[in-house]
Amino acid sequence: MSTELPEPPSKIELKAGVGGGGEIPTFNITLRVRRYLPETTAEAYWEDFKLTMYGTDRVLDALHKVKWDHDGSLSFRRSCAHGICGSDAMRINGRNRLACKTLLKDLDTSKPITVEAIKGLPLEKDLIVDMEPFFQSYREIMPFLISKGHEPTKERYQSVEDRERFDDTTKCILCAACTSSCPVFWTDGQYFGPAAIVNAHRFIFDSRDDAGDMRLEILNDKEGVWRCRTTFNCTEACPRGIQVTKAIAEVKQAILSRTV
Amino acid sequence: MQVHQYDVVIVGAGGAGMRAAIESGQRARTAVLTKLYPTRSHTGAAQGGMCAALANVEEDNWEWHTFDTIKGGDYIVDQDAAEVMAKEAINAVLDLEKMGLPFNRTPEGKIDQRRFGGHTRDHGKAAVRRACYAADRTGHMILQTLYQNCVKHNVEFYNEYYVLDLLMVEEEAFREDGTAYMQKRVAGVVSYDLATGELHVFQAKSVIFASGGAGKVFKTTSNAHTLTGDGMGIAFRSGLPLEDMEFFQFHPTGLAGLGILLTEGARGEGAILRNSDGERFMERYAPTIKDLAPRDIVARAMANEVREGRGCGPNKDYVLLDLTHLEPEHIESKLPDITEFARTYLGVEPFTDPVPVYPTAHYAMGGVPTNIETEVLQDNNTTIPGLFAAGEVACVSVHGANRLGTNSLLDINVFGRRAGIAAAEYAKTADFVELPENPEALVTAQLDGLLNSTGTENVAELRKALQEIMDANVQVFRDETSLKGALEVIESLRERYKNVSIQDKGKRFNLDLLEAVELGFLLDLAEVMTTAALHRKESRGGHYREDFPNRDDENFMVHSMSYRDHNATTEGIAGIRMETKPVVFTRYQPMERKY
Repeated sequence: MSTELPEPPSKIELKAGVGGGGEIPTFNITLRVRRYLPETTAEAYWEDFKLTMYGTDRVLDALHKVKWDHDGSLSFRRSCAHGICGSDAMRINGRNRLACKTLLKDLDTSKPITVEAIKGLPLEKDLIVDMEPFFQSYREIMPFLISKGHEPTKERYQSVEDRERFDDTTKCILCAACTSSCPVFWTDGQYFGPAAIVNAHRFIFDSRDDAGDMRLEILNDKEGVWRCRTTFNCTEACPRGIQVTKAIAEVKQAILSRTV
Repeated sequence: MQVHQYDVVIVGAGGAGMRAAIESGQRARTAVLTKLYPTRSHTGAAQGGMCAALANVEEDNWEWHTFDTIKGGDYIVDQDAAEVMAKEAINAVLDLEKMGLPFNRTPEGKIDQRRFGGHTRDHGKAAVRRACYAADRTGHMILQTLYQNCVKHNVEFYNEYYVLDLLMVEEEAFREDGTAYMQKRVAGVVSYDLATGELHVFQAKSVIFASGGAGKVFKTTSNAHTLTGDGMGIAFRSGLPLEDMEFFQFHPTGLAGLGILLTEGARGEGAILRNSDGERFMERYAPTIKDLAPRDIVARAMANEVREGRGCGPNKDYVLLDLTHLEPEHIESKLPDITEFARTYLGVEPFTDPVPVYPTAHYAMGGVPTNIETEVLQDNNTTIPGLFAAGEVACVSVHGANRLGTNSLLDINVFGRRAGIAAAEYAKTADFVELPENPEALVTAQLDGLLNSTGTENVAELRKALQEIMDANVQVFRDETSLKGALEVIESLRERYKNVSIQDKGKRFNLDLLEAVELGFLLDLAEVMTTAALHRKESRGGHYREDFPNRDDENFMVHSMSYRDHNATTEGIAGIRMETKPVVFTRYQPMERKY
């Protein structure tokens, strides 16, 4: 709801040093990258790059520095570079994160920073994996609004509370950080995985949708929600701060209350 | 090389491409080619909203929206196109809602609306609530919703297929007055499969270009790394004109030093700009709507504050976006993403401290010229059967010299939909145009040239030099000296580009090769933008010439049309021919632009 605000003052006293800035500190890092170049070597291997980086730099900047200044063959996906397109999920110091949202200064730069491809999906080259199995699971949960009855001439109405009910799971950017952090997914590639369940949740709990039962049936499958062991890796991995494990639990609960 | 055949081929899977695919896919055999995965497209980075005169929270109508768009574009908007967009905006929003888009809601459950720059009640009387939104991730929700509906309709995607050439044939034709001309017709496209390095030729009755913008011409930009103007570059190299390339939008509120976008919706929700004196300086530049003036005006005001010494920080090189007078709860519910950006990337807590901001290169108003049916023009009067364009790659022109905030999300939905329908309908009546012999020859030569080059020039180095000179010289403020200086550098970089080489010689995911190709497009487009900017000796919208500070309707109330022509020279640049195209007027006479 839009509320009417009083006009802010035309002039205020700014605090000293407001905004920060100035000389950006530099530091040296070792970037340890898991390389895989199937056209030249059969096995994956680690390669170290010694780089001088700036205080505002992210892991993605370090990867670019390698690619642009040292070794053009280093391959990784990226696009928006500010955490909204979902291209650059990777394992950084053993944890799934977006390279463009991970500031180097927040990591321990006294030790090598390890970067490797996300796990559980077929490795293609360096940090690039085949995303197709991931999107296949996503497509299987029918990730689109299904509504019965006549379409209204104007918009469907939805209360602020009903809209809020599924807000968290609309934030998903399909980066696969959650799914590829899940130990169940690593051992069983058939498991739908957290991202698909998150996107099912987004529709199951949307008051405008009429196909919740169908999605619950799909996720009641042996490769569905019951494979989740509640390890919370997915929640920790999500760069959008989605309560993934909670969403999965809500879907489990919905299946149970439905079949009672 | 493989050859595929489709009725309709869509190049690009952002908002415009996928909106087109939803229409086309239900009417004709359609393939979507994208150099990314569809959900990675930069539509997803749009934040603030999509305007439509729904009048859900206050009085509004589409005629006011039309007027705002035309005035916002400094009267070089084609008025018939603006009218179509504002009128169809209402159904475009309702369509998205029906597809499932989770808009924010009013207490009654209707789609909520908020204020945005340049959108006004009754022809400029006050700011109006017109932007429909989903928190500050409206673009994300549009991209997701369109992809979801493509899944629903089984749209066929070729992911990570990079289109490198447009295949056209020419035949002699006659105009009504009997004069002969060469009519172009579309035959298909050539694409490069990033995963395998194989070329794929797609023969198609209709081709829709929806490949987005070219922000990576600049260093400080809100645009993705992948926005390298490929579609505009391909069209230009194929002999098609580019319209109004001198008009590039700088979004006022990029995170200082980084260029990451902070939505204008923040100001729509009450945030304001302050200089180093703590002064709300927009009161001086736009007394009526202040911080909600259109982007060109706000960006210039910010740059002016900085150059007159009222910038903030140790280098006095940015101003502040102040949200501290707003309720934290209100910010958290309406603007969660941008507050996180400020925390993550600058370490600033926007609830308690103002955020350093400076204009960031954001949007190309110009592009491949089309009519309101989205048919691409080969010259002012001639469309190319089967070739369509929509979204940022195209110039309809609804944005003129300065796009209003939210009108790009609207543009992609309205004209994406039109393109999808028109392309499918055309394909139903047309036959395939025979492919030229060795359709892939040009692309093969280009790629082999880069792969086998033993040159000494480095792609990243040239790109950095290009982006730095564009940031310095083709900015918010321009003049003859700065533009000529930029062109000198661009020409030398174009020369050096011929001697560029890459390290990765492989076939699989050769992104080194991809970046080299992209740089070629960036160089071409930078040259066109700068030449067109030098040619337009007036100030209008986003194009501000300090040596010609006034708008000059007598000489420049026309669109510019740049052509690749090896026999021509414009502003000392060989190979570019500059023509003009009349602006379409319906009911609005040009007025002085004040807010």
